[in-house]
Amino acid sequence: MDLHFTSASATDAERAAVDAALDGARAARRDELRHLLLPVLHAINDRIGWISPGALNYACGRLEVAPAEAYGVATFYALFSTTPRAPRVVHVCDDIACMVAGVPEIDAKDGEIVRSPCLGLCDRAPAALVVEAGDPPRARQVAPADAALANGAPVRPAVGGAPLRLLQRVGRVDPESLDAYRASGGYAALRRALDIGPERIIEEVAASKLFGRGGAAFPTGRKMAAVASAPARPHYVVCNADESEPGTFKDRVLMEFDPFAVVEAMTIAAYAAGCERGFIYIRGEYPLATARLEHAIARSREARLLGDDVMGQGVRFDVELRRGAGAYICGEETALFNSIEGKRGEPRNKPPFPVEAGLFGKPTLINNVETLVNLQSIVLDGGAAYAAIGTPESAGTRLFCLSGAVAHPGVYEVPHGTPLGALIETAGGVPAPHPLRAILLGGAAGSMLAPDALSLPLSHEAARAAGATLGSGVVMLFDDRVDLAAILRRIARFFRDESCGQCVPCRVGTVRQEEAMARGDVVALDEIGRAMRDASICGLGQTAANVIASAGGNLEPWSS
Amino acid sequence: MIVLWGSNARETHPIFFHHVLRALRRGAKLYVVDPRRTSSARWADGWLGLDVGSDIALANAIGREILAAGLENRAFIERATSGFDAYRESVEPYTLERAEEITGVAAPLIRELAHAYARAGRAELCWTLGITEHHNAVDNVRALINLALLCGHVGRYGSGVNPLRGQNNVQGGGDMGAIPNKFPGGQDVEDEASIRKFEGAWNVALPRKAGWNLTDMFAAMERRELDTLYVVGENPAQSEADQEHATALLRGLKHLIVQDIFLTKTGELADVVFPAAASWCESEGTVTSSERRVQRCRKALDPPGDAWDDIAILCALARRLGADWPDYTPRQAWDECRSLSEWHAGMNYERLDALDGIPWPCYDETHPGEQFLHSRLWEAPLRGPRAPFAAVEHDPPVEALDEEYPVRLTTGRRLDSFNTGVQSGGYRSPLRRGETLDISPDDARRYGVADGDTVRVTSRRGSILVPVRIDPGLREGLAFTTFHFNDAVATNLLTIDATDPKSGTAEFKACAVRIDPSTGSG
Amino acid sequence: MVELTIDGAPVRVPDGATILEACRAIGIDTPTLCFLESLTPVNACRVCVVELEGSRALVPACARRAEPGMAIQTDSPRVRHSRKLVLELLGSSVDLSTAPDARRYCERYGADPRRFGATPATVAQPIKIDNELYVRDYAKCILCYKCVEACGVDAQNTFAIAVAGRGFDAHISTEYDVALPDSACVYCGNCIGVCPTGALMFSSEHELRARGQWDEPAQTQTDTICSYCGVGCTLTLHVQENEIVKVTSPIENGVTHGHLCVKGRFGYQYVQNRPPGELSS
Repeated sequence: MDLHFTSASATDAERAAVDAALDGARAARRDELRHLLLPVLHAINDRIGWISPGALNYACGRLEVAPAEAYGVATFYALFSTTPRAPRVVHVCDDIACMVAGVPEIDAKDGEIVRSPCLGLCDRAPAALVVEAGDPPRARQVAPADAALANGAPVRPAVGGAPLRLLQRVGRVDPESLDAYRASGGYAALRRALDIGPERIIEEVAASKLFGRGGAAFPTGRKMAAVASAPARPHYVVCNADESEPGTFKDRVLMEFDPFAVVEAMTIAAYAAGCERGFIYIRGEYPLATARLEHAIARSREARLLGDDVMGQGVRFDVELRRGAGAYICGEETALFNSIEGKRGEPRNKPPFPVEAGLFGKPTLINNVETLVNLQSIVLDGGAAYAAIGTPESAGTRLFCLSGAVAHPGVYEVPHGTPLGALIETAGGVPAPHPLRAILLGGAAGSMLAPDALSLPLSHEAARAAGATLGSGVVMLFDDRVDLAAILRRIARFFRDESCGQCVPCRVGTVRQEEAMARGDVVALDEIGRAMRDASICGLGQTAANVIASAGGNLEPWSS
Repeated sequence: MIVLWGSNARETHPIFFHHVLRALRRGAKLYVVDPRRTSSARWADGWLGLDVGSDIALANAIGREILAAGLENRAFIERATSGFDAYRESVEPYTLERAEEITGVAAPLIRELAHAYARAGRAELCWTLGITEHHNAVDNVRALINLALLCGHVGRYGSGVNPLRGQNNVQGGGDMGAIPNKFPGGQDVEDEASIRKFEGAWNVALPRKAGWNLTDMFAAMERRELDTLYVVGENPAQSEADQEHATALLRGLKHLIVQDIFLTKTGELADVVFPAAASWCESEGTVTSSERRVQRCRKALDPPGDAWDDIAILCALARRLGADWPDYTPRQAWDECRSLSEWHAGMNYERLDALDGIPWPCYDETHPGEQFLHSRLWEAPLRGPRAPFAAVEHDPPVEALDEEYPVRLTTGRRLDSFNTGVQSGGYRSPLRRGETLDISPDDARRYGVADGDTVRVTSRRGSILVPVRIDPGLREGLAFTTFHFNDAVATNLLTIDATDPKSGTAEFKACAVRIDPSTGSG
Repeated sequence: MVELTIDGAPVRVPDGATILEACRAIGIDTPTLCFLESLTPVNACRVCVVELEGSRALVPACARRAEPGMAIQTDSPRVRHSRKLVLELLGSSVDLSTAPDARRYCERYGADPRRFGATPATVAQPIKIDNELYVRDYAKCILCYKCVEACGVDAQNTFAIAVAGRGFDAHISTEYDVALPDSACVYCGNCIGVCPTGALMFSSEHELRARGQWDEPAQTQTDTICSYCGVGCTLTLHVQENEIVKVTSPIENGVTHGHLCVKGRFGYQYVQNRPPGELSS
């Protein structure tokens, strides 16, 4: 390409950051470099605190990417700055759970305060993320956060439910020890998977009736079979760890406290679907989960559980970890592919679906973290045993993220079909004396339910019949002290902030929705909502009016 | 596969390059042979940065490598070509090692191009003035044609040899007989049957011998054999190499007539000037593009002042000279051409309009025009003559580099400008930064100059002052400039008028110069 | 061939044809803003959405391929509602004064862009004039991506501009919003050629409009061949009062696909640079 650069040049530190990110990156041909753009932008932002014109020029020269395109990518992500910024940045969550808990007034000191959408720490709200650029860069989650950002050491997460399958190791097994993982039954499933072969794995997954936990509830076995049989090569497996739905933190807990399970599950999926290369796309706001996964990948590689000869069985598979950079939309699978490919995280038109043309245009098996870690028990115990858990249509157990007005916020695992009220009781119920006023089920793209929904069985089919969705397993409880209209306004602002801007209904619709909410223009809300649901490209726009519409029907938010 | 040889199409033929880029997106391979790492070369899978004027050595080495690897198209060579054995013998000394020595291109890269070209299912070999503006231009072209013949990359869809034409009707000018040795439609002016055909149609007696090309004309002026010149739409006072000499000869003419849309430098020397309408927007007619596509030009504007259509000027002049010419319309002239040229017979105005132009040959009004030429070479049995190989030898530029003139100066075009700038100078291009002498970063260090510093450039013929621009696409000892800004920087004061004896083109691409840092103002 | 029904009528189209092509084949005028035959569909404007039986959401006619047995509604209440709202959303946020197609669609669907309160957010911003040939007025930009595609892989491959920012703040930009003369721009004008709203405009048109002298009905359009290199690009000369005021190229032309270079697009001026005294009155 005949690229053109402005006269801005990079500092030595900027060059070093780019070079370090690219050294050892495996890219045979120059047109394969583009996908390293996001890691390189991270490297600059992490080292310097912002991405200067000179740094961008240098990165673009090495990657053969046009500077205008790279600038378009850099400005897409909230964690990057393309204007000078202090090395120390405190991202303060002011999303729903933290807003209700009370956002602390943090002293910026020598840094900068940036308000943030949900940081996935709702069980310990309010939350903050402190990022310090440098070599090495530092990032730490602080929750609950006070004005001094005093504490924030990772604590054992509150987990509960029974029987614990997905959460069996969380808080009990050292997440940084491969030996401990193996001692607790880890890698037995991969061993068995390699014994029974890809076809049998897919049969068992199909028999298990496992479906995706990301929100769309598509049968995992069918996806797996479609990728396995797709003629185009290579095949990719992608773990969607971009958990960004407000109120959701279950995947973070799994990755922080059972990271080897994620790697093992991906390896099983990759083997079944014929993939030699996998990517974990983790949201940029999860430093601890990132570190623990990096560690788990490295240990697994050393132990030849990843690499050219997995478990000595001649199977080739390896995983790369990619960090998101602050964009809710990248949880949408095709936006996630674009993000890995070094493009703006804009969703693609579907069809074609990922099983046919996904990452790099190749057949791709993409599942979120929770879906994947179900594979071990399916492989070990058989699909039929798995299908016997839960309801006939919703097999297996499900993770729920309880937060807000509940005695013990945390991640809870219950069989599908458990009544909503029973789940809440498992977490200690709603503390007296304030009565429950509303329940946010499924996330910002879910629905707002009235307290009379406590009898709702938590299954895919029951939720759908009630016009709701389990979504990403959010169960956020609000008592009568909460200003529901303010919650709804925050959700509207969330969608306006997180719309990628590609399609008109969502780009402008989310803005008009927020404005109409401020005016209390119910007619406009309804009409905008219908157009967003019908005409948006992806799930973000299609669901951006869900909570507001459901609240309008189930509650009386405007009158409170 | 596409080979661009001596062509920076990204800048000089941007819309052609648009098609190249589409092909690259679909997986085609691109190789660029050019002394400069041009913007075209930056898109290439391989860039062969040869020394100026070493094209034949490179082409012969490619040919030799193809033969050594047994990758030639033996069946095609045997059925459709002649002179192969002599060719094989002639390329034998051009080993990869020797070629590397002459051209400066690494042997493995030459080998890579040779193998890629020979193995390609379809391959286009395109060139521009980097091949033809040399003292041995025809030999350069023959050297490339040899490669196409060797691999059978000719006469088939997607394969061929293509000179990319630099002006909108340089192809049509020749096709219409505006060259010394041809009638319209490629008919030979020394062929008796053709002569009779045109004598019959025009009712005049025609000369039996081919006329002079431009170079011949200047030579004839020098010998005082040519004393009257009628120049239509050319600006030789600025576009000829060794400008001072050319201007002196034009001044020495007994009578000079210039017909142009501008009062050019040549026009300023003229005895009579005919102001003409701009052919592409102030009058009707046709032009023929690089792909032999005859296309309609249409009148959109009334010409200014007293400017007339070219055809009206010619007809009026003919009447003054005693001929009995009515005022022909462009269409009448075209229909006469169609009646005399097989190539154009089927191209009536209606069809040209409906089909967005038609490539010749187009034999009748049902014929779609041929997309490519020479398909006959693939017919069995072969129809017509065999395609000849030509044994050609490396012959370096006339001016060798020496201690006094150690820098190779080559010339070309930039994206937003055109030739002597009389057209492109008319609009305000934000890309235009005036004339510069482009040199390598190494040379900039050697001469101690920075971007924008003025240097004095001297050749054996003249000397100019010009600001420097540093271009990392150039290597040490190679400088580049254009002649777009003749009034400010008269580049052709430097260039050499060594010309190719067969085509008459001058070696604009290679002269020897000296660069001196200058504190004087330009 | 693929057989489907559109508004109850059976249609047969070649394999690979889009719903839009199928609609056009039977004379259904489907509105489009971000679609152009020569560019990769981005289906961002969503004004072409149609109802596909069995599909939860509406689908973009421009990008969705026709499949056997599809049942399509192009004028159902859901379709009309979405198209109307999309146009209202655009009209309420963008200056559509020089976007004839968008205005025509607004009329057809009864869109009322003024319905969203007294002070809806807009993309209003100062016009950018940083060179002699182009004017960029992003207050008129509907973010259809066409200019980015024309500058990028679909035509020019220069990549001087891209979409930057996100959401309602997304906008077309050079790197760090540097002026065009500092950017990679080579002034081919292909971005202007594909702009559907007049956000990108030739300076010649902008200046005439500013003086109130732009008179499109009085203009003639004449196809001719560029006077520069030998590629043979067809130029459409837009002439007003014997002056070329704009140059385009027909999108269906096999040589250009509607694209030109800087010389073809702007190099015409030499035929009408006249001494000041001779300016046409």
